Amino acid sequence: MELYTLSVLVANHFGTLTRVTNLFSRRGYNIKELTVGETENPKLSRITIVTEGDEPLLRQIRKQLSKLHDVKAAKVLPFEDSVSRELLLVKVKACPEVYDVLRKTRAVVLDGSDECIIAEITGETKEINDFIEIITKFDILEICRTGATALQKGGANINSDLEVNGNGNYVL
Amino acid sequence: MTGAQILIEALIEQGVDVIFGYPGGSILNIHDALLDKADKIRFVLTSHEQGAAHAADGYARSSGRVGVCMATSGPGATNLVTGIANAYMDSVPIVAITGNVQLELIGRDSFQEVDTTGITMPITKHNYIVKDVADLADTVREAFIIARQGRPGPVLIDIPKDVTAKAADFTPKKVTRPEARFTISEKRLERAVALINESKRPLIYSGGGVVFSDASDKLKEFLLAIDAPAVFSMMGLSALKHDDPQNLGMVGMHGTPAANRATIDCDLLIAIGARFSDRVSGNRAMFAKNAKIIHIDIDSSEQGKNVRCDVALTGDAKRVLDELIRRAEKKDRREWNEYLKEYADKNPLPYFKKNSDITMRDVVKTLSRIMDDDALIVTDVGQHQMICAQNYEFKKPKTFISSGGLGTMGFGLGAAIGAKVANPERQVVLLTGDGSFHMNMNELACVVSENLPITVIVLNNSVLGMVRQWQRLFYSARYAHTNLARRTDIVKLAEAFGAKGFRVERIDALKDALKNAISRNSPCVVDVKIHKDDSVFPIIPPGGSVSDMILKD
Repeated sequence: MELYTLSVLVANHFGTLTRVTNLFSRRGYNIKELTVGETENPKLSRITIVTEGDEPLLRQIRKQLSKLHDVKAAKVLPFEDSVSRELLLVKVKACPEVYDVLRKTRAVVLDGSDECIIAEITGETKEINDFIEIITKFDILEICRTGATALQKGGANINSDLEVNGNGNYVL
Repeated sequence: MTGAQILIEALIEQGVDVIFGYPGGSILNIHDALLDKADKIRFVLTSHEQGAAHAADGYARSSGRVGVCMATSGPGATNLVTGIANAYMDSVPIVAITGNVQLELIGRDSFQEVDTTGITMPITKHNYIVKDVADLADTVREAFIIARQGRPGPVLIDIPKDVTAKAADFTPKKVTRPEARFTISEKRLERAVALINESKRPLIYSGGGVVFSDASDKLKEFLLAIDAPAVFSMMGLSALKHDDPQNLGMVGMHGTPAANRATIDCDLLIAIGARFSDRVSGNRAMFAKNAKIIHIDIDSSEQGKNVRCDVALTGDAKRVLDELIRRAEKKDRREWNEYLKEYADKNPLPYFKKNSDITMRDVVKTLSRIMDDDALIVTDVGQHQMICAQNYEFKKPKTFISSGGLGTMGFGLGAAIGAKVANPERQVVLLTGDGSFHMNMNELACVVSENLPITVIVLNNSVLGMVRQWQRLFYSARYAHTNLARRTDIVKLAEAFGAKGFRVERIDALKDALKNAISRNSPCVVDVKIHKDDSVFPIIPPGGSVSDMILKD
């Protein structure tokens, strides 16, 4: 089982995310991570999904996604050829050692008081995991973590897939 | 115009001439507006919303047009669900319109409120809730495009009551039907043609896609060009004449021995508009395991979904077949065809006649001989359906209307209503079992009040035959809850609904009774007594393969 990143351009209106997640649950596909946000075109949102499986399963997921009317393009991002970022917010009890440790990482302190600190770090999944390992020796009050969001390197972009979605249907 | 009037205008614009449905509080405005357009759109009032959905389905299957059904919010919408799911599984283009409570009441658990779009999301190609009357007409237009574009299927439009009351302008538009656009790469076509030319034992596995896309003639042309035999999924049955020498019959769980044998012995399987359902493939790893597979389908997600696929050709069956016919070498494959012919002669469909009882096969064979060539044969689900699929002598495409993927008992009567409304000049027969008939026989009321000359033939064995057969074969004959033993007098019941009822108990009375019922040209129900142990053979146990085929008790 390997991890794959899918990038999905969808119509930006209510219910679209439900259609996408419904499809995953209905067909027994796995969502490891999911992020969603508006794009440069206000009519479109972009969903990034990290899923687990093998090549045939991934092909099937991409084709099934393409059949949804609200999905305008679905693409598998090649792992080697993409950049990927996650965001982590962590709230820890304040103590001088925390500041020392944070300084040695790429974390940024967003809010601090005598009582607690909120720090932010962005990076690839592994960097986030490593950071969590370091910070767990302190008194963590809560953690909030996004899924990965990713883009393919070079000139290739998802908008070139827009005209006709994967199932041969005109985008209406 | 009000939203309700806009909806009706938009439906008329799409060429809708009939709606099957049932009224209720949230959809009152639409019914009111329909009254003014009764000359353009016929409204068929069913007994239950499920019947309306199946009727829209039967209408679409038998005519190739989009079927339309309509229901109110809450229970009206949930009653449509089985019918919509049925259409989804068999790729039937229908548009379902549901009323909903007014916008301001949505989300408050109001009277007769359900989340209709949420409930129907996984069983529609797409669905809408129209919150702004200005979007209504274009939503209808888009719904009809989606329902028939590419692989057809159901679309639902949910309209809150206040949206049907609000006023907006309606601007007529020219109806557009953009076709799905496919480009099949030259490389793939070449690979497919190379496989065909190399093959000594090619086999065509043809499904509902061939029937729906009117590719039956092309299929025959292809079969002749490459001199290959064909097997059929249940959905694909009527594509080739029953007595065509290249027709090996139905494949799969209840398929003919020859059709199933061919899937083992072929060196190339060409699937066209078929989806390798578990009822066809059984054990997926074993299915056609000695063959390369070319899969032609309009839905690329079907290719490689259930079984492996060596070459995928995505597109409309007719067009892809055209390309293949043009390129493939004309070849004589006599040895392969003769081998299968001989196999089929030595291994016919098993048939057991124990005594003078009428068997289900007797009824189907008799029916085959007395019906018109273009008669529409509708079935419910169970033994009668499989016996019909195995034995009915189909002569024309699109004449078999049956619930395939979902296997919906109770589908038949609604579907027959739709088929008859779409084809008033053609004979329509519903072949059903006593189990299925009891599920939705309420639609007899609709058949009679609409005066639809449908002949219902109930193969009455007083048990749930198919389930009982499984219990006999796989559950040590422990007959849990399959002994119906209903005391319903079906003849009296038919009469009570205002139809004609007949009973047949002896084989020598069968032919005349069926002929008489069909020639009356009025709603009739024929109750045919069948022995409870009459069974469907062969059967491949679920998940099994051809070598597991059971030919008798």
